[in-house]
Amino acid sequence: MSEAYDPSLERVHGLYATMLLIRAFDEHAGQARRDGHLRGSVHEYIGQEAIATGVGANLLKRDYVSSYHRGHGHCLAKGADPVSMMKELYGKADGLCGGKGGSMHVADFALGILGANGVVADGVTLAVGAAQAVKLRGEDRIVTAFFGDGAMNRGPMLEALNWARVFDLPVLFVCEDNTYSDKTRTASVTGGPGILARASAFGIPAESIDGNDVIAVDEAAARLTRAVRSGQGPVFLHAKTYRWRGHLALDPGRYRDAQEVSRGMADDPIARAKAWLFARGVKAESLAADREAAVERIRSAVSQAESAPWPRPEILFTDVQDLGAPT
Amino acid sequence: MTVLSYAEAARLALLQEMERDPNVWVLGEDLGPEGGVAGQYAGLQQRFGKSRVVDTPISESTIMGAAIGAAMCGTRPVVELRYADFGLCAADEIVNQAAKARYMLGGQVRVPAVIRQPIGMRDGMAAQHSQSTEAWWIHIPGLVVVAPSTPADNHALLKAAVRCDDPVIYMEHKELWTVRGEVDESAAPAPLGNAAVVREGRDVTIVTWSSMVSVCLAAAQALAESGVSAEVIDLRTLWPWDKDAVFASVVRSGRLLVVHQAVRVGGFGAEIVSEVAEQLFDKLKTAPRRLGAPRVPVPYSEPLEMRCRITADDIVAAAIGMARAEA
Repeated sequence: MSEAYDPSLERVHGLYATMLLIRAFDEHAGQARRDGHLRGSVHEYIGQEAIATGVGANLLKRDYVSSYHRGHGHCLAKGADPVSMMKELYGKADGLCGGKGGSMHVADFALGILGANGVVADGVTLAVGAAQAVKLRGEDRIVTAFFGDGAMNRGPMLEALNWARVFDLPVLFVCEDNTYSDKTRTASVTGGPGILARASAFGIPAESIDGNDVIAVDEAAARLTRAVRSGQGPVFLHAKTYRWRGHLALDPGRYRDAQEVSRGMADDPIARAKAWLFARGVKAESLAADREAAVERIRSAVSQAESAPWPRPEILFTDVQDLGAPT
Repeated sequence: MTVLSYAEAARLALLQEMERDPNVWVLGEDLGPEGGVAGQYAGLQQRFGKSRVVDTPISESTIMGAAIGAAMCGTRPVVELRYADFGLCAADEIVNQAAKARYMLGGQVRVPAVIRQPIGMRDGMAAQHSQSTEAWWIHIPGLVVVAPSTPADNHALLKAAVRCDDPVIYMEHKELWTVRGEVDESAAPAPLGNAAVVREGRDVTIVTWSSMVSVCLAAAQALAESGVSAEVIDLRTLWPWDKDAVFASVVRSGRLLVVHQAVRVGGFGAEIVSEVAEQLFDKLKTAPRRLGAPRVPVPYSEPLEMRCRITADDIVAAAIGMARAEA
């Protein structure tokens, strides 16, 4: 498909830069967790950057996005500020959620980001509800739900697919198939002919693409978001990719054989975009400078996050609920 | 003033709220064809259309998840879950998403949803259709829990619940659907969190809610004939509960009896008794008591189910025992 699609050099260069930013963010986040500077669960998106980037490039600021536990990439691709995100990961007062959410709950409603989510597939049910609100209010927005292959075995996921079809909701479902459900190979716990067949069974137009080819993702997302905006109801994109790291920053992923991992990592979405740009005359120095710029942007975000103030203790009791004092 | 059933009063409240605010909508099973299990939605779909009174698939996770997503995006959904027992099918979405979204996302968003879960024993509905689960929800930070006992309250409290900016677990009692009473059709929403002293008395404070209010009133009448003056307090809102009203009464009477249909063990009565014991110990003339169902699944057979119910005789016996006990 990418043969027929002929994006501009500038567009691909932009996609490349976004992928670099996501990579740099999660390279740092994973290491910072392993070094004990962050707490809790940190799920790195490394290796999957082309999907959030290619889809995100086709979304408008007013569009809604719901994400899942591996959510940093979706937020950055939707335009979230890496400094506010990093402050959230560091649990600081002016993080996106005031330090109350952390990595698994990064959200920015001003940008339509309904949040990463700590429960597999729950974000998908929120997404169909957001779409229902859009429809009820007659708004001109679409909703994108990102989720993993593991989610395809949860009841709410299957309910939500049916729901989106029944109510003809403006939802783009994006399944990021990174091969693993936490630490278990998804194929080993999944019956039937696969993810695409499941989506199709609900009457939702569904297609598979190479999720490590940012141009292919961009092309598919452009076409599918157009279809959703035109009011034809939900569509489903199955993007095949590979998770380079363990399920979490603290998971070394030893349940995978080394050959499989190195084969997966050899198919690097960033290297592929870089090669595409290089082949069209973008200078190696320029591409290296892009990388350095992304790393520097994250380095600056980290230093701002490290020196940012902690939340005031009183906010422990704010935003629980209006009625009744927390006790 | 007009005389309405408890179900009709709720229907009127919803109709008035839907006319007042186009962002109020309803979703659940069989709302159109059946008008709800008790006719509490009768005619609303004809009046407001299928997009505001939405007949859903039997998909409780997504009924709830979609309501939350839609509540986050500018609407005010009213969710019908038919039986509190089925609310457990949506427990993840209620507990992990609705109750926490505002807090864990740092106050970026609210979830103004009403979650209707009718409770209680009625006509041999047996173990999976008879539970009173209010204590489960009271335990979760972020939720408001309401349990109306009269048609007038089901009108005024439901209006208040619809206007509440936080998620409200709204627990009607199945045995009250057909109970009739005077309703002021133009009544303003009742403030949430306010109890009502439904009978004044000196010797013992009986705290109760929902269908047990009328049973406690009958017991209070019998107690009066035995020379014991019982004050009956209908909590109406269970979280936050009206501690001021309960404490003021217990300070006067020195005796506290809590009565609920839910299982006694771990029931909300335990919390009320604990708070009173911790804060008013020196005002108590005798040990506070609770009456609730035995810790068994609700059985089908009539004589067995009857043994799970708290009767006026049980209440009279408990209150007389307390009144006669020496301090």
